[in-house]
Formats: sequence, C-alpha cells, structure tokens
Amino acid sequence: MNDNTHKTHAMNIGDLGRVQMDDTDDVAIRVQDLNLYYGDARALNKVSMSIPRNRVTAFIGPSGCGKSTLLRCFNRMNDLVDICRVDGKILLDEKNIYDKDVNVALLRRRVGMVFQKPNPFPKSVYENVAYGLRIMGVNNKRTLDDAVEKALRGAALWDEVKDRLQESGMSLSGGQQQRLVIARAIALEPEVLLLDEPASALDPISTAKIEELVNKMKDKYTIIIVTHNMQQAARVSDYTAFMYMGELVEIGRTNDVFLKPAVKQTEDYITGRFG
Amino acid sequence: MRNWYKSGEPWVWTTAGAVALSLVAVYAVVWLTAARGLTHWWPKPVAEVTYQERSGSTVRLIGEIREKEEVSVVRLREQGYAIDGKDLFTYRYLMKLGNKDLTGVDFKWYPEPMLGKFSYPKDLLAIERREWGNFYGHLKEVKEGGSVVAKGEDAWVEARKRMARSNDLFRQALRIEKVEIGKINYALEKLRLRERRLEIDGELTEAAKAGLAKARQVREAEYAGLQQRLDKIRGNIERDSITVETSDGQKVDIPFAKIADMYMPNGMSVWQKMGFYAHKFWEFIVDDPREANTEGGIFPAIFGTVMMVLLMSVMVTPLGIMAAVYMREYAKQGPMIRAIRISVNNLAGVPSIVYGVFGLGFFVYVLGGSIDELFFAEALPAPTFGSPGILWASLTLAILTLPVVIVATEEGLSRVPRTIREGSLALGATKAETLWRTVLPMASPAMMTGLILAVARAAGEVAPLMLVGVVKLAPSLPLDGNFPFLHLERKFMHLGFHIYDVGFQSPNVEAARPLVYATALLLVIIIVVLNLFAIRLRNRLREKLRGLEGV
Repeated sequence: MNDNTHKTHAMNIGDLGRVQMDDTDDVAIRVQDLNLYYGDARALNKVSMSIPRNRVTAFIGPSGCGKSTLLRCFNRMNDLVDICRVDGKILLDEKNIYDKDVNVALLRRRVGMVFQKPNPFPKSVYENVAYGLRIMGVNNKRTLDDAVEKALRGAALWDEVKDRLQESGMSLSGGQQQRLVIARAIALEPEVLLLDEPASALDPISTAKIEELVNKMKDKYTIIIVTHNMQQAARVSDYTAFMYMGELVEIGRTNDVFLKPAVKQTEDYITGRFG
Repeated sequence: MRNWYKSGEPWVWTTAGAVALSLVAVYAVVWLTAARGLTHWWPKPVAEVTYQERSGSTVRLIGEIREKEEVSVVRLREQGYAIDGKDLFTYRYLMKLGNKDLTGVDFKWYPEPMLGKFSYPKDLLAIERREWGNFYGHLKEVKEGGSVVAKGEDAWVEARKRMARSNDLFRQALRIEKVEIGKINYALEKLRLRERRLEIDGELTEAAKAGLAKARQVREAEYAGLQQRLDKIRGNIERDSITVETSDGQKVDIPFAKIADMYMPNGMSVWQKMGFYAHKFWEFIVDDPREANTEGGIFPAIFGTVMMVLLMSVMVTPLGIMAAVYMREYAKQGPMIRAIRISVNNLAGVPSIVYGVFGLGFFVYVLGGSIDELFFAEALPAPTFGSPGILWASLTLAILTLPVVIVATEEGLSRVPRTIREGSLALGATKAETLWRTVLPMASPAMMTGLILAVARAAGEVAPLMLVGVVKLAPSLPLDGNFPFLHLERKFMHLGFHIYDVGFQSPNVEAARPLVYATALLLVIIIVVLNLFAIRLRNRLREKLRGLEGV
C-alpha cells in the first residue's frame, strides 16, 4: 500500500474514468482511446488510462469485462488471435506500441508477462530462466549463470532451487512453478510486468508468497495485475482500475476506489452486489 | 440376472475377452512361425526301410521322415496298393529321399502297410550338396585324386578332415570371385564409362586413350593373376572325393567341391545336435542363398530390408514433419487446409500396389530416366537410375508412409498447450524460435510414434517393392567396399519378397516350406527390433519432457 499522504489531484482522460495520481508518480504507459474487436464484437470500448511507473496497478471487474484482454494489449499478445483487431494507442515511454515499425519480440522483452496457470517449459529450472536470454543470443556461461541466479533471487526462489537447477521445471510445486515463471520474465529485466491472475491456481500459502513478491518487485518494475480477488487487489496494489463490459469505469488510488468510489457501479461491485 | 447385467459385469467380461482373443491371435502367429520355422535346422534322423512296390518287388529306401498322416485304406486300394485286413484307416509317411539327380523325386508319400520296419543305422550319411539338394547313403570310401585313402571306420574321420579343407578352399575361391574380381570388374566398368564420357564430350584425345589403355592393362594383368590363383584353388578342391552307397546299392562318387556340409544325424548326441543347430542357424543368418533361394542363408535379404527401412526413415521423417508443421502452425486453418488434411488421411488408405505403380511410372521412368540422361549419359542405353533400385523403393515407401508421419506429428503439435507457446512468445521469442526451441521438442515423441508406425508398415510391405527394386537374387549388396560405397541404384533383396519367392516360386516347395516360416519369423523379429529401438528413443524423449500432461 502506498501510504504517502500528500495531496492528490484528479485528472480526466477523455470522458471515461477518473485517474487520480500522486504528483510524484511518473506515467509509464498511457492508453488512448483503445478499441478492440473480435471479429464484429467489440471487446474493449474507448479505454483511456495512465499506468504509473514503479507502482502496482490492479485491474478488477467481473468475468468477461475485458480486463485480461486489455492486459494482453500491453505486450500485443492479442496479435496471436487472427480475428482480433485493435485501434487507438498505447504509449510506452511516449512511443505507440501499435506502430508499424515496432518489433514485437523486442516489445515483449520490455513488457514481461506471467500467466494464470504456471507454464514452465519442459526443460530444467536453469534453462527455463535462461530461455529468454538464449533467444537474445546470450550464450556465455558466466553471464547466464549470473543472470539466472539474479532472476531466481529476484523471484524469491533461489534458496529453494539452488541445488536442483538441472531438474525439470515441471517437477516444482505449483507455487514454485509460478515464481519460476516470474523469474523467467524478470531475467530479461523488463520495464513492465504483466500478471494475469497469477495466484488463481495456487494455494493460500503460495498466494501469500506471490503477493509478497509483487510488493517487493515494484521498486524495479511497473506492475499490472489482473485479479478476481478483491482482497488481493486491496492488499497488493497502489492503483486499481475497475472495468465493466469492456469499458473502464474508474481508475484511482486503491484506497480511494475501495473506500470512496466515485461511480455507483464500482461500489456495487466492491460491496458484492453483482459480479 | 437383470442385476448382474446392470452391474456392468458382462461388459467387463466381453471387453476382457476381446483382449484375450487378440493376445491369442498374436501368440498364435509367433508360435506357428517359430514352431514350423525354428525346427528346420534340427538334424532329423535318417531312416532306412524296405518298401514293397505296387508291382510286388521290394526296394530299400533311405530318407528323413517329414510327415505322417491318416489316410483311408479304400483310397489306397483304389490306387493299386494291395492292402489286406479290415482297418478302414491307416497312415502314410512323407519321406524326403534326397538324391534328386539320381531318382528325380525328392519327397514322396508311402503307405504304412507297404513299409517294413524303420531302422536308423548310425553310419547313414546326410550330405548337403551345393547343387541338387541333399544326398543320403552309406559312406564307403574317401578318395584323393581317384585313389582310395580311407575305408570303412576311418572313412568318416578322414572325410571330415578333407571336408574342412575343401570348405576352406571354397571360401577362398568365393572371396576372390566376389570381392577381388568384383573390384576389378567394377574398376574396368568405371574405365569404360570414363572413356564413353570423354567420347560424348569430344575430349577423347590420343593421350587420354593411351592413359585409359594403360590403366586397363594394369587391371587386366591383376585379373589374370587372380584368375590363375582361382584356377589353382579350384583344382585343389577337385582333388578329393567320397564314395557313397545309395539305398539301391549304387556306388556314387561325390567330389568335395560339391559338398557344402555332411553329417551323420543318427549317431549324434543331443549336444552335438545343438551345436549343429546353432551352426546352421548362424549360417542361415549370415550366408548368401543357394539353389534358387531354397538353401543357404538370407543375409542379403535381411540387409536389404533393414537398409531400405533406414533409407525410407531418413527420407520420410523430415518431409512429414515439415509438412505437418506447415499445416498445423503456419497455414490458415480453413476449408482449404481441411481438404488437404482429409486427402492426406485418405492417402493412408490407398492400396500399396498403387504406390508401386506410381513409383515405377514416376520415380523410375521419369525421374530416373532424366537423371540418367543428365548425369549418366555414358552408361546409356544401360540404365543407371532409370531402372528399379533401392533408392526408388525407399522413396516409394516414404511416400506410402508419409500420411502416417504427418498425421502423428500434427497430433503431437496440436497437443502442445497454448500456454506454453504463449509463454515462449511472451519472452520475446519469435514464432520460429518458439517452434524450434519449445514446440518441436515437445512434439518429438509424437513424431517418433509416427516413425514407428511408418517403419512397421514399410518393413512389411511387399507388393509395391516388386515393381520398384526388389529382386529374387541380387548379385551384390547396395553397400560395399567399392567407392562410393553406397550404391543407391542397385537392386536389392527383401525378406517379405523372399518369403513369397521361396514359398510360391521355388522349384522345390516342399523342401523350402520350413524356410518360409523361418524367414517370416525373422522378418517379424527385425520389425520388432526396429520398433523397440524407436520406442526406446521415444521413451527417452518422453523422459525429458516428464511431468507434462498428454505428451
């Protein structure tokens, strides 16, 4: 939680949603009038928002509201869906990632992603973490060793796996696998980390570890987390965005959104009246 | 009853019964071929017996008893046998008499009432000859250059010694003929082709001619030397002979040069028989066939089968995998690709002979013919690649098994979870990198499954091969010591075709029948071995991917 207590000011982006940011917070990603279509169906409708740098932003909302779809726009994972079409802009460091001259592979190195179900490759723990670096062409053993250790430490997994780096990544427990996948992503030293319901398949203890990790990592990365679990959003995030039916309803500091939401819909959802 | 039916018990029994039936079928196949085939080399006792002919005169018979069956007496009487008594049925024996060159018959049935008592004298000799099949009789004398050197008791010891010597010489002669003279012939043929090539290119100058003539002279001199050695060895083999008394008292001289092996089965102990069996079995596996494939070994057929299957695997695997990768990973999934997929699946059901016809028409005549015109013009009109050979046979089988590999690989690719692909892409890997580093390794067990099925199908295929390269008897193996070592244009022998040939086309079907079963068993064993090898490989790949569901 961000318990800085200096004054906040509201800013309106378009006519949808209210963004309140600490004036010390820098904008990492700016979304402008983003529409996304699956064939003829519109899945995201004129979404505009700013994501602050080195903070945790949570996306909440009922199933099918478009929060995962929006998340997958940030590293252009939606490109993989043939019938998917996007218009509008997403500015990462003031550069639209949907521009034609953007190298998607490079973008994905800058914007790492962790999925709902742990998906380690059927390779050793070491090779899982080194995967992205090897793709980049790093093959020097020393460099790789160092990077792997650093990433595993960063994901709070090093102490548990340092003696079994050559064992299959699939042989770890679910929670360890999820942290392995996080290590795999941060080995590339991305700027942004996208977490798509990272704890939904895990037990409470593993979930707690992941949350703790998220908290620790925000010093280094801008984190966006999609979650179903509102307690989780309240615990880990600095900012919360509430989405409904493909639209951004409200975004603001987590305290504000949870305690005095500006929109009635948000309040209904948070208090459990629907969703 | 109704409850019993409802409990599902009958269903369990029915399904279990189906499994049991399948097992029985499999074991029956293996058991029958093994029982009929593997007993072939066990030395059978040679019996001596008197036989009353229909004319009333009595003759003496020597031979192996091969079969015994019940027969109606009435029928025998109709055939003119004078059989007394009231019995309705009696037995008849099938005897292998050998001595085909003297009597003209090898196998013959004899009714039991006309036969005397069987006796098994220990000195009865069975001779395996290089031509004309077996010979049975009593060993009388051993001769060297026409004069007797051993008689009676000593004859057997002496004969064995001399047989070892002659067999040794025979092997030397064979080696010279096949390897050394073969090499010279090969070199001479090469020289002839080079000359022809130069002639075609218009570069056959006097100097070139002289050089070729000189090279040819060298080879011919070598050849003359070898021929001399060969003549000497042949003369040496001809030196010794044995005299054998046949059943009707005729004395026959058989030179050692014509004897492949001889033994006295009635005097052998069980251990000796086992040794003999092992020796014969080994010969069967490593020797060349003799006597229109009904005797000797089947090594060239084993070699040809294995080599063809390996060549086919090398061709079909990359092709099938690449096709499957395109269809599953790159092509836009739609009616077009669906139509292609259905066609590929249906290709697996096309009768194999159709592929044979295609192979002959396209590979051999069109492709092979063009290759000959472009690269082997000097050999024309004799075809090089323009006639059936192991390359075209392997390629035909590769086409035949392509659908199996494609389908299995596609199956494997479709089972790689989307989350794994996305995980790789999210790390900045391109689609190609994801394929190479993650998807293909994960689909590799499925590819191996495809290859296993392909090998099983290819190794057992006979019909198309008869059109595109398999022959009854190939003079040389497709792999030998002459540069470039691998001769893909050569014809080859194949176990499946060998079974067909020995079983149906051989001049002495009765004698060859055990060989049919033995060859069939060996074919099964080879397919099993090839499969086990592939399965082991697949299990190792799976081990590496352990923990992943559904792979």
